[in-house]
Amino acid sequence: MDLSIFFIQCLNALQYGLLLFLVASGLTLIFGIMGVINLAHGSFYMMGAYMAYALAPIVAATFGGGFFATLLVGVGLSVALGYVLEWAFFSFLYEREHLQQVLMTYGLILVFEELRSILVGDDVHGVEVPAFLSGTLPLGEMMTYPVYRLFISGVCLLLALGMYVVFTRTRLGMMIRAGSSNREMVQSLGIDIKFLYRVVFAAGMAIAVFAGMVAAPVSSVYPGMGDTVLIICFVVVVIGGIGSIRGALLAALLIGVVDTFGKVLLPQAAGVLVYVLMALILLWKPDGLFKAG
Amino acid sequence: MKQLHFFFVAAVFLAMALFPWVAGSYGIDFVTKIMVYAIFALSLELLVGTTGLICFGQAAFFGIGAYAAVLLSSQTQASSIAWLLPACVLAAAAYALVVGALSLRTKGVYFIMVTLAFAQMAYYVVHDTPLGGGTDGIYLTLKPALGSWIELDQPVTLYGFTLACLLLVFAGMAVLNRSRFGRALAGIRVNEQRMRATGFSTYPYKLAAFTVSGGIAGLAGFLFAVKDGFVNPEMMSWHLSGAVLIMIILGGLGHLRGALVGAFAFALLQELFKSEAVFGMLAKHWHLGLGLSIIASVVLLPKGLVGLPEQVRARLLGDKPSEGAMQ
Amino acid sequence: MKAVFFRTTVIATAAALLSGAALAQTSAKLKVGLMLPYTGTFASLGNAIENGFKLYLTEQGGKLAGREVEFVKVDDESDPSKATDNVNKLVKRDNVDVLVGTVHSGVAMAMAKVAKETGTVLIVPNAGADAVTGAMCAPNIFRSSFSNWQPGYAMGEVMAKKGIKKVATITWKYAAGDETVRGFKEGFEKGGGTVVKDLSLPFPNVEFQALLTDIAATKPDAVFTFFAGGGAVKFVKDYAAAGLKKTIPLYGSGFLTDGTLDAQGSDAEGLFTALHYADSMEIPKDKSFRLAYAKTYKLQPDVYAVQGYDAAQILAIGLKAVGGDLSKKAEFAKAVEATKIDSPRGAFSLSKAHNPVQDIYLRQVVGKENKLMGIASKDLADPARGCKM
Repeated sequence: MDLSIFFIQCLNALQYGLLLFLVASGLTLIFGIMGVINLAHGSFYMMGAYMAYALAPIVAATFGGGFFATLLVGVGLSVALGYVLEWAFFSFLYEREHLQQVLMTYGLILVFEELRSILVGDDVHGVEVPAFLSGTLPLGEMMTYPVYRLFISGVCLLLALGMYVVFTRTRLGMMIRAGSSNREMVQSLGIDIKFLYRVVFAAGMAIAVFAGMVAAPVSSVYPGMGDTVLIICFVVVVIGGIGSIRGALLAALLIGVVDTFGKVLLPQAAGVLVYVLMALILLWKPDGLFKAG
Repeated sequence: MKQLHFFFVAAVFLAMALFPWVAGSYGIDFVTKIMVYAIFALSLELLVGTTGLICFGQAAFFGIGAYAAVLLSSQTQASSIAWLLPACVLAAAAYALVVGALSLRTKGVYFIMVTLAFAQMAYYVVHDTPLGGGTDGIYLTLKPALGSWIELDQPVTLYGFTLACLLLVFAGMAVLNRSRFGRALAGIRVNEQRMRATGFSTYPYKLAAFTVSGGIAGLAGFLFAVKDGFVNPEMMSWHLSGAVLIMIILGGLGHLRGALVGAFAFALLQELFKSEAVFGMLAKHWHLGLGLSIIASVVLLPKGLVGLPEQVRARLLGDKPSEGAMQ
Repeated sequence: MKAVFFRTTVIATAAALLSGAALAQTSAKLKVGLMLPYTGTFASLGNAIENGFKLYLTEQGGKLAGREVEFVKVDDESDPSKATDNVNKLVKRDNVDVLVGTVHSGVAMAMAKVAKETGTVLIVPNAGADAVTGAMCAPNIFRSSFSNWQPGYAMGEVMAKKGIKKVATITWKYAAGDETVRGFKEGFEKGGGTVVKDLSLPFPNVEFQALLTDIAATKPDAVFTFFAGGGAVKFVKDYAAAGLKKTIPLYGSGFLTDGTLDAQGSDAEGLFTALHYADSMEIPKDKSFRLAYAKTYKLQPDVYAVQGYDAAQILAIGLKAVGGDLSKKAEFAKAVEATKIDSPRGAFSLSKAHNPVQDIYLRQVVGKENKLMGIASKDLADPARGCKM
């Protein structure tokens, strides 16, 4: 392939990787800090996409708002939902073994999928890209690159930066990092660890929901969309190192590259390549690329 | 094994042996399926319950056993069970050996994920390459037989053969658990470092367990392929790996009869929620009922179904739940 | 000991219940087993098929050949690994007289195997796997929909006639995709065209960007594609967003734009597709069908509803000929083979292998409709390769 095509493929890989990072970051947070394997994380992504579809007309009718208003409402809703979900359900999982967590969250996936089917139905839906982002940039003579995809990449990078700042520069971030390495110590220092966990969970869920909402215009909204995302997310988290945001970013970008170029150069092996990558990295570094933090 | 448990297991096997006399052709088919799943569950029980290795890729070995059965079978005449069955078991065990050798270098959650990765690799090989016939699967044209004595295309014969396999696997594992090898595995589960400190080299033991477990799963796959006459990539999907994990947890970890009970319970639960007779319009959304029961079972039955009598007895006798029981 | 007794009794009771159903007597009601996806990605297709089937039944007053119809439904979850069990449930436990299903080809293949072995009448209302009326064909297996080869071949002919010389194809790597593209290649190369590149990605992967870039690099005259459902929505939108819609015309099998136009919006405008159904046909039967469907279900019908409707018609024709007695399998088949089915898509008949011999229409997306532009291929019959009937 010539240089310009190579460059475009790199752009594709970057964009895919960044979106993956966004979804996976919530997972690695919940996994790393609270030690909970949450198989229902893909369902949060699905919820986001369906929210983008279902909330848009409601928001437009009530506030006259557009895409960003819908995003805000969706994120607000998911924070509240995450808070309640953690209190009602996930808080029971902290003390339990991984196996029980796997089981309970697997049951949760089934419940969420069926609720979605009952509430919104089983049809495939599209979400419109907001008008001011729907332009395209010419790339070479044949192709153009959609501005919206650049927007997604930009948003993901911003969020990554935001997370980095929160974790390393704020008190909340400090408490979160402390809580992940030594729960009892943090409690004995008078910090409300339960509240902390609730906040982290709600944040993790909100990030996944946000990713789903933002990706909805390019991924379309359909039943079972959480499934495909889930496995890849786990691969990202495991390669990157559980609990490491930095690791999740690197891993997601790696997977973006492998998937994109794999599809073009080795189409038959495309599906396997990501898993080969994971196996190789884990055999080299059994705990993932980075440690938590 | 306590006397009570022995009688329970014996009663279940007896019931299964007598079942074909009262059942219609569908019932025989259904229970054959459950027995195959029970063998599958037992294979995972060896890893998870006995050795403490949580494998999330068991479906790969199951699928390899099944695909081997179809790919190695002759198209012109019924292949002999004498070589086909061992071939399938060995194929699955071979892959388990490779996967185990590489995965056992990781621990905890990483181990879970690596086993998943290897299962996904196998899945994508049959799903995307011409090797496995693609996403729609391949047919088994002629079911194997042993001379004219055992013809597996007869449902009742297949039922009996599967029951015999289940009995052999169950008895074999019971013996294994009591042997030195089994005790070593149990020790590894409880505290691997201590085992190493006493001079045991744990890696070969774990690898052996992994390989044997893979072989047994391959046996289950072979039987399933023969029963259905049709194999497809979904037999290696992580959903199936998850389902068999659910079966042994639902039944009760650490007990062989847990795998048996779990397989039955899981299959019957699915039938219950799918049945329109009980749920009418909601039967369409049977995933909801299944999901809720799975959650409920983890919360209410921490020791699985086999732990239920113990829990009930504790409640009735007014015993305070001990520290260990509610974990 | 009580625990032992209790548990054994439970298992025994369950066993008895299961077998009791099998021992129940079959009544004069006609038992139709519907094996369709009621959950998952194809759920809406399953619903449409059932709606179409039931609509025909209502029009006949709820009876076929004087027999009242009773439905037994099974959710196949579009999962081939559970397919054999699900079919066995219908055939052996519920003792259905007729099997109707399904959407996913892998599942349909399992159904065809069981139907062939047990001789139960099977009517396939969607799954296009060539093998169902090819290598797996049987006197008791019928299809009311299409074979994957048909729309592909028709489009190939049309594109070759238009003077297009170089085409790149892109689809999912599974039977439906492979067979459609194969049919396209046959029709296109026969007309003098060349396929310069075959792109595929694993099913149901929807990350198209890399391959779209590849298409741009290859610079073909046009692109032929097969995608369905959520993938079709995403592909059409991605294709437009990549600017390719303006530079390299996109053609496809009709499933690219069927049931997906709402979601695709303006990105689908002007696309040419080939399918055995279109939205604005001047066929009287279609008009009355669409009206009745909209009135009953408050939805617009699609090709899946038509296929369900026609499945019921096939059943009715055969049943009437045998006077409601399904044991007369040879007469059933003969009657169906000899009759022209008055379908909303236009009258069609079944080939010897029991696949529809039908007109494949050329459609173009205009607004929210697949407008009929002409006939791509008249009375196109699937070659039924491998069928020994």
